[in-house]
Amino acid sequence: MNPSQRLSLHIPEPPARPGEEPDYSAMRIPPAGGLERPPVDAAATALHGYADALIRVLDDSGAACGEWAPQIDPQTLRDGLRAMMLTRIFDDRMLRMQRQGKTSFYVKSTGEEAVAVAQAFALDDGDMLFPSYRQQGLLIARGHSLVDMMCQVFNNTRDRLKGRQLPIMYSVREKGFFSISGNLGTQYPQAVGWAMASAMKGDTRIAASWVGEGTTAEPDFHHALTFASVYQAPVVLNVVNNQYAISSFQGFAGGERATFAARAIGYGIPGMRVDGNDFLAVYAVTRWAAERARRNCGPTLIELFTYRADAHSTSDDPTAYRPSSEGARWPLGDPIERLKQHLVGLGQWSEAQHTGLAAELDAKVKADLKEAESYGTLSTPPDSPRSMFEDVFKDVPPHLVRQRQEMGY
Amino acid sequence: MSTMNMIQAINSALDVMLDRDDDVVIFGEDVGYFGGVFRCTAGLQKKYGKTRVFDTPIAEGGILGTAIGMGVYGLRPVAEIQFADYIYPAFDQLVSEAARLRYRSGGEFWAPITVRAPCGGGIFGGQTHSQSPEGVFTHVCGLKTVMPSNPYDAKGLLIAAIEDDDPVIFFEPKRIYNGPFDGHHDKPLVPWARHPQGEVPDGHYRVELGKAAIARPGSEVTVLAYGTMVHVCLAAVEESGIDGEVIDLRSLLPIDIDSIVESVKKTGRCVIVHEATRTSGFGAELSAQVQEHCFYHLEAPIQRVTGWDTPYPHAFEWEYFPGPQRVTRALTAVMEG
Repeated sequence: MNPSQRLSLHIPEPPARPGEEPDYSAMRIPPAGGLERPPVDAAATALHGYADALIRVLDDSGAACGEWAPQIDPQTLRDGLRAMMLTRIFDDRMLRMQRQGKTSFYVKSTGEEAVAVAQAFALDDGDMLFPSYRQQGLLIARGHSLVDMMCQVFNNTRDRLKGRQLPIMYSVREKGFFSISGNLGTQYPQAVGWAMASAMKGDTRIAASWVGEGTTAEPDFHHALTFASVYQAPVVLNVVNNQYAISSFQGFAGGERATFAARAIGYGIPGMRVDGNDFLAVYAVTRWAAERARRNCGPTLIELFTYRADAHSTSDDPTAYRPSSEGARWPLGDPIERLKQHLVGLGQWSEAQHTGLAAELDAKVKADLKEAESYGTLSTPPDSPRSMFEDVFKDVPPHLVRQRQEMGY
Repeated sequence: MSTMNMIQAINSALDVMLDRDDDVVIFGEDVGYFGGVFRCTAGLQKKYGKTRVFDTPIAEGGILGTAIGMGVYGLRPVAEIQFADYIYPAFDQLVSEAARLRYRSGGEFWAPITVRAPCGGGIFGGQTHSQSPEGVFTHVCGLKTVMPSNPYDAKGLLIAAIEDDDPVIFFEPKRIYNGPFDGHHDKPLVPWARHPQGEVPDGHYRVELGKAAIARPGSEVTVLAYGTMVHVCLAAVEESGIDGEVIDLRSLLPIDIDSIVESVKKTGRCVIVHEATRTSGFGAELSAQVQEHCFYHLEAPIQRVTGWDTPYPHAFEWEYFPGPQRVTRALTAVMEG
């Protein structure tokens, strides 16, 4: 046998491991402002190039460039900056709560704040959100009570989910924020179904959903794209490519061969790839996709190219599988710093204002935390386990009544 | 009142609900223009339009995933899985999502979906068109599981399922779509037109979920069955000369345990019959509950007659299918025991 003909299996390997220098040499970063903004009713076939590109608005100096630069008034930008900063401070504080044993688990969104916050700003308040577990910024951007979120994380007496869910698996109906599952990707076809229903009823609201790049390997990702394409559902489907699924770099989801946005092409859906750390670009692309959906021009898949700057969760230790300096060297920077730089450049923000706001938000989170803790933490759970038999069905059936009585309630 | 077979009764239930409630939508593989491979949705798209009754891609996970999303929006989706054997790709959406949504969201969200799926054997369908997976679903908290045995119940139970605010898996024993097949495969099938339960009201009525029916009163042994097996058991009781009380469960979850207990306490004997495989089948649950509630009334060990613990074999349809002879042997054994 000729050894050159022997088969060999390819096992993807990330560019760098712990102890090695971060390596971004293979990453292509086009200049900001270089891409046209197509009309929202453009044919999907005319948009193939966007799946391989990277839509960027903010350049290295923080200036907004090109056709994608959205028209946003400075106050809205400051609101966006505030929501991103609040999300980060909230995350940092809740991580400490977990470390202090006041809850079992936490998931931060550090480095990815622009994804949730800019997208919430780009969508209408009535639009229905089907998030994964790292889009707490959606709730914060929609002005939801931090105390309410904290009470869920603590599973305390004010936990609206009655102690049933793992921390951060929020559900906030009045904010159009769908119950987070924890099973990956299940919300994707559900969002498509919701959007189909909205279209069937002649409604004006659209749906949006989020998965990580790792979840694009799940069947539900493909179910969602198939159904969204077939019925031209008014939905914005987002892939947050933060480079990692726990320890597995994006190559194990197929990222070595094609972009995640490119998966849309086979479905006849526009696949738009955007710098996920660029608030303005994320806002602009989401706005474009939402407008397209609202005009009955169908779904869009957006790949938000970003970096998970912290651990997957409090149960994870990223120093075991990636260089610790990788995040700091991410070529697309930090979303908060970049928007701050932009606002400062516009003369609409200053270092002093920034420091002042950070202190104000820190004080707010601390005060909210004090209130939330006054309702208890995981070590002092909700009053009666009687409620664990409720909501399995709309009405408690006889066999569950018997089991509840057996438990002594 | 009209004479209907089970297909027509199901069609009538869907027709009634589409007419009564604008939020009812029906979809699945081949259900739209064509009207379904078993014709259960025939004529409905023409009558109610393409956004109320429509075809889907061949992706069961997508069908039920989108159904849940529509339910969350506020619709009452009725999704067809073409054969129960094909429900497994949608298992995650049922078990992890539909079943637990109300619970995990603290009652904020729910998905009032009905999943119709033809099930069961006796049609030479082989291992991909003959399965009875009901026991898999009764093990999932948050799902209701229903299986009718006749046209009257099929329509009333399906209407109740669609109107229910919880997810309901509605299994349709396809062997009795056209008549009450009693397992005597060598004899001509009696059509529903010559059966009292083939008389079906034209309008709206409900058969409540969680209520069993006594298909035949008796004094010597309680026979628990559902779906096709109700008719097999009725035949076996007649042929054996043993005065069996045949209980048609109709709804497996919630289960009408009170009717079961009342009957077993009266007869002191119990035979459980289902087509599904035996180990960890729904009969195991029934047997456990009868033992828990009726132990001191039992005169003999509980007998189970079920499909064998093998995949459904094509060539050995009638060796596999639990027919009246096997039920008769169990009735005899439980009387001797």
